[in-house]
Amino acid sequence: MRYDIRLNITQEYPGIVGKGRHLIRVQPADIPGRQSVMSRQVLVTPNPAEYSYHKDFFGNAGTLVVHVHPHPRMEIAMRARVECFAQSPALNISPGLPALADEIAAVASLDPDAPHHFLGFSPRIIADGDIEEYARDLLDPDMTLRDIVVAIGEALHRDLKFESGATTVETPAPEAFAARRGVCQDFTHIMITALRMLGIPAGYVSGYIRTEPPKGQPRLEGADAMHAWVRAWCGIEQGWVEYDPTNATFAAQDHIVVAFGRDYDDISPVRGILRTSGASIGTQAVDVIPVSSGFPN
Amino acid sequence: MSNGADAKVPEPEAKLLRAYRTEAGVADELFMPDGTLRPVWRRFIHHLARLSPEAVAARFARGDRYLHDAGVFYRKYESEGAPERDWPLSHIPLMIHESDWRIISEGLVQRAELLESVARDLYGQNRLVSGGHLPASLVAQNPAWLRPLVGVKPAGGSFLNFIAFEIGRGPDGDWWVLGDRTEAPSGAGFALENRVATSRIFPNFYAQSDVHRLAGFFRGFQAALEAMAGVREGRIAILTPGSMNDAYFEHTYIARYLGFLLAEGEDLTVRHGQVLVRTVDGLKPISALWRRLDAGTCDPIELDPRSALGTPGLVDAVRQGGVHMVNALGTAILETRAFLSFLPRICQALRREPLKLPNIATWWCGGWREREHVLAHADRMMIGSAYSTRLPFDAADDTVLGSHYQTEGEDGLARHLALHGRDLVGQEAVTLSTTPVWHSGGLVPRPMVLRVFLARTQSGWQVMPGGYARIGTGPDTMAITMQQGGTVADVWVVSDTPVSRTSLVTSAAPGTRRQEAGALPARAADNLFWLGRYVERAEGNMRLFRAYHARLAEGLTAEEPLPTTLRQLISPGTRSRASSVLAQSFELPLYAALTCGSRVRDRFSVDGMMALRDLVQTARKFSAQTVVSDETPQRVSVLLRRITGFSGLVHENMYRSIGWRFLSLGMSLERAATMALILAELADEDAPDGALDLLLEVGDSIMSHRARYSGTASPASVVDLLALDDDNPRAILYHLTRTRDHVDELPGSSEYGRLGPVPRLALQLHTRLAVESPASLTPAKLLGLRRGVWRLSDLVASTYMT
Repeated sequence: MRYDIRLNITQEYPGIVGKGRHLIRVQPADIPGRQSVMSRQVLVTPNPAEYSYHKDFFGNAGTLVVHVHPHPRMEIAMRARVECFAQSPALNISPGLPALADEIAAVASLDPDAPHHFLGFSPRIIADGDIEEYARDLLDPDMTLRDIVVAIGEALHRDLKFESGATTVETPAPEAFAARRGVCQDFTHIMITALRMLGIPAGYVSGYIRTEPPKGQPRLEGADAMHAWVRAWCGIEQGWVEYDPTNATFAAQDHIVVAFGRDYDDISPVRGILRTSGASIGTQAVDVIPVSSGFPN
Repeated sequence: MSNGADAKVPEPEAKLLRAYRTEAGVADELFMPDGTLRPVWRRFIHHLARLSPEAVAARFARGDRYLHDAGVFYRKYESEGAPERDWPLSHIPLMIHESDWRIISEGLVQRAELLESVARDLYGQNRLVSGGHLPASLVAQNPAWLRPLVGVKPAGGSFLNFIAFEIGRGPDGDWWVLGDRTEAPSGAGFALENRVATSRIFPNFYAQSDVHRLAGFFRGFQAALEAMAGVREGRIAILTPGSMNDAYFEHTYIARYLGFLLAEGEDLTVRHGQVLVRTVDGLKPISALWRRLDAGTCDPIELDPRSALGTPGLVDAVRQGGVHMVNALGTAILETRAFLSFLPRICQALRREPLKLPNIATWWCGGWREREHVLAHADRMMIGSAYSTRLPFDAADDTVLGSHYQTEGEDGLARHLALHGRDLVGQEAVTLSTTPVWHSGGLVPRPMVLRVFLARTQSGWQVMPGGYARIGTGPDTMAITMQQGGTVADVWVVSDTPVSRTSLVTSAAPGTRRQEAGALPARAADNLFWLGRYVERAEGNMRLFRAYHARLAEGLTAEEPLPTTLRQLISPGTRSRASSVLAQSFELPLYAALTCGSRVRDRFSVDGMMALRDLVQTARKFSAQTVVSDETPQRVSVLLRRITGFSGLVHENMYRSIGWRFLSLGMSLERAATMALILAELADEDAPDGALDLLLEVGDSIMSHRARYSGTASPASVVDLLALDDDNPRAILYHLTRTRDHVDELPGSSEYGRLGPVPRLALQLHTRLAVESPASLTPAKLLGLRRGVWRLSDLVASTYMT
């Protein structure tokens, strides 16, 4: 499946001048065998004084821009065409929870894909007893790790209400969980918390999903902005699986990856003034259109 | 065991050591296990025992006075009360013989080299993890492991340049490493001040003793930093979190002592991979940063996005090799407590030798064997976070004895370890050695821990021959932190042969290197400028306040026109007549001035700070006071004499640096604007009765007026004297002349031979007033002039302070 992706972010700075440095992570990733980027472009206005390519620990690509002159608003426009390859549904070859600790300990590596990065502390994932209890109630002794991932993801989809505006990008997962509502970022952070509380390595995936559903199917939740979902490590054999709790589905051909991280903080789409000053207004618009259906120009 | 009762001990010594009772199973610095005095202390004890109680008290007071006058303080983190505390010096130094020190030094240099290799591996190949020497989780789940720095090689080649170790002496008499300080250890500057104070307490004894001097150590590191920075153009700066940090005094002290720039994160900016400092003369390159700021807070773009202390892009500059960072970002991971359990084996693996100085026995509870051991010895095992970087007996840490878990049932600890083992370590509870402190006329033993500093110089690691001893308040080893009321002591490393007596001050180079003009950071200029403005605002309001109360004391009522006008001048917009409210008009600016001063402590004299603090305290009493009496004007006069003294200090004692110009400029602009306002209000034809005399009083010009004009005051004579007289330091013109002089000396005052915008406006303002006569200078013109002064103030701010 081939997609044309368009993203526009507008950042306004009321009462302060927008100048300084931003790290922008909005472009689709090249992942051999999964998605291939045919073209991509990130445009920033006003024209930055410095513009450079950035690659982080997890291998995510970013764009670093510096503005020296004050300006009241910044616009980021991303255009990309991506080919997503069909994935054969992975067999469930994961072990049960009791075997996991030894499998993790057997990985003596700090490679970006190693499970160790995705347990315990990370800036936005904090231990939470309520989420842990919720997750433990879903367990049954026969479950494999992959079963657990699905069980938690489906339960969250069932029990949480998708509601834009109910939370902000800063809302901690336990708070969103207590309110039982939020957007894809909250669903994802809650599910990561749940998995890590059980000892299952879990991380954050940012990306896009198609905004126009195939005929006869409902529009996916969260399609009007950048999307987020979960990746979980299910043992050495199974490796990483990606699950989208907002839509209760494994990430498939409709999910286009931008970046992998431990949580939102590792891979937030725009980092810079908007965070350090705390006062800025942003809008985001996303279109993900299958190319065969024609780009509405 | 009682040592004082020894028959061979002479009488004065016996008296001094009467209360000195060492404990069995605890090593002591003064006495050997067999109860004899360690030879290294003998001369000192002999000397001390023969000082009269009065002499001892006078000497200790001399040391304390030195510290107080030098402005040494530490910041105590608490919600209320005075946040700056006097330095808690224990007046008795700790004596260590050179031969002991050699063992410590060799062990610590080896450890420094080992930690350098570990850092290189953790930010490089990760062979320690892949080879099974270090569990992956201890790195990957460690908040101190900074992923953006993985794969980044330090510009100077080394990760560690200035570090410290916490060491203690165990019951067997051997030294142990208790903790590694590799991020941004503080205390070296305090150690220097402790040395100065202690040498003043024992001046002759110190001069005649072969105690290793400290200056050589600092000079070596200064030279190393300068060599590092010398490779490319640029300055060396100390990066401080700012005046709210508990060690801020030390940052300012070291900056002054070594002649480095003191910078905060917001003073710096990054362009094209180069770190630049914002100065009043534009952006200037920085080539080396001695970082006293936690790495995680250094860059909101790639590190903690919530940090307001950092510099956006600093990590990128480091990655591009644009700045030498001392120490490298990310080295805090080496302080991780759990690493202590792996370092003995890592030393064998990397260096094929054992640790020369052991570290405190530590078990990481992620392994079942270690868990079993910790469980079996729970009663003498401190259990705490594997990732903690504090010492196990630091009161701020949540480490507890293993037996603590018994409250949760018989297998409480076992369950805790099984569930959270990977995040926990057990450490053998330490028994620290004791060292003498002065207590009610004699010496008593108290537990101590020693911080030793190492610097990488061009000839390898150098150990500071001395250190920073922290001493517990009571016999208990659980409370050795200054935040808990402990004390600190100087450390004397004593030689049997004469020592080299170098001093940083007497060396020609590089200690006398002059800071270039223009190196004044924009933020410092901002604070100095506002310091000047606030002090002057306080003085102006104080004079009006005094005049107001003097009128009331003379029998005017508060409703009469003159007092009403005065109140409006003091606090525009308030209807309150309460003296406490009016007093805020000078109390608040003084408080703001103190805040500004404390942010530029490296450029503002200790005397100035003390004078300011004194002023704030005295002024505070005014607003606390609700009853007004006839004495009030006199009491304000006392305050006014003090503030005048402060201004005198600024103008008589301060070096004519660029910083001084900003301070003085702030004072002149504020005074000119204030005078313009009160003249416009009170020298008016319609002004209330007595306004002219009042003006002369507020303008402190009664005598001058009498000398220069015959007869009583007229609007013309008053305006002439207070606005147009270039020789009257209370007159507007005087301050506009001064303003011109100052701005002409600021960087960039002329562009290609033409006046820059700031001197142009200053000249315009000056000319506008100079051409006036007493008759032509209307209130409207005065108010226009005042607006012009504020425009100039804004222009100065936007030109030099952003």
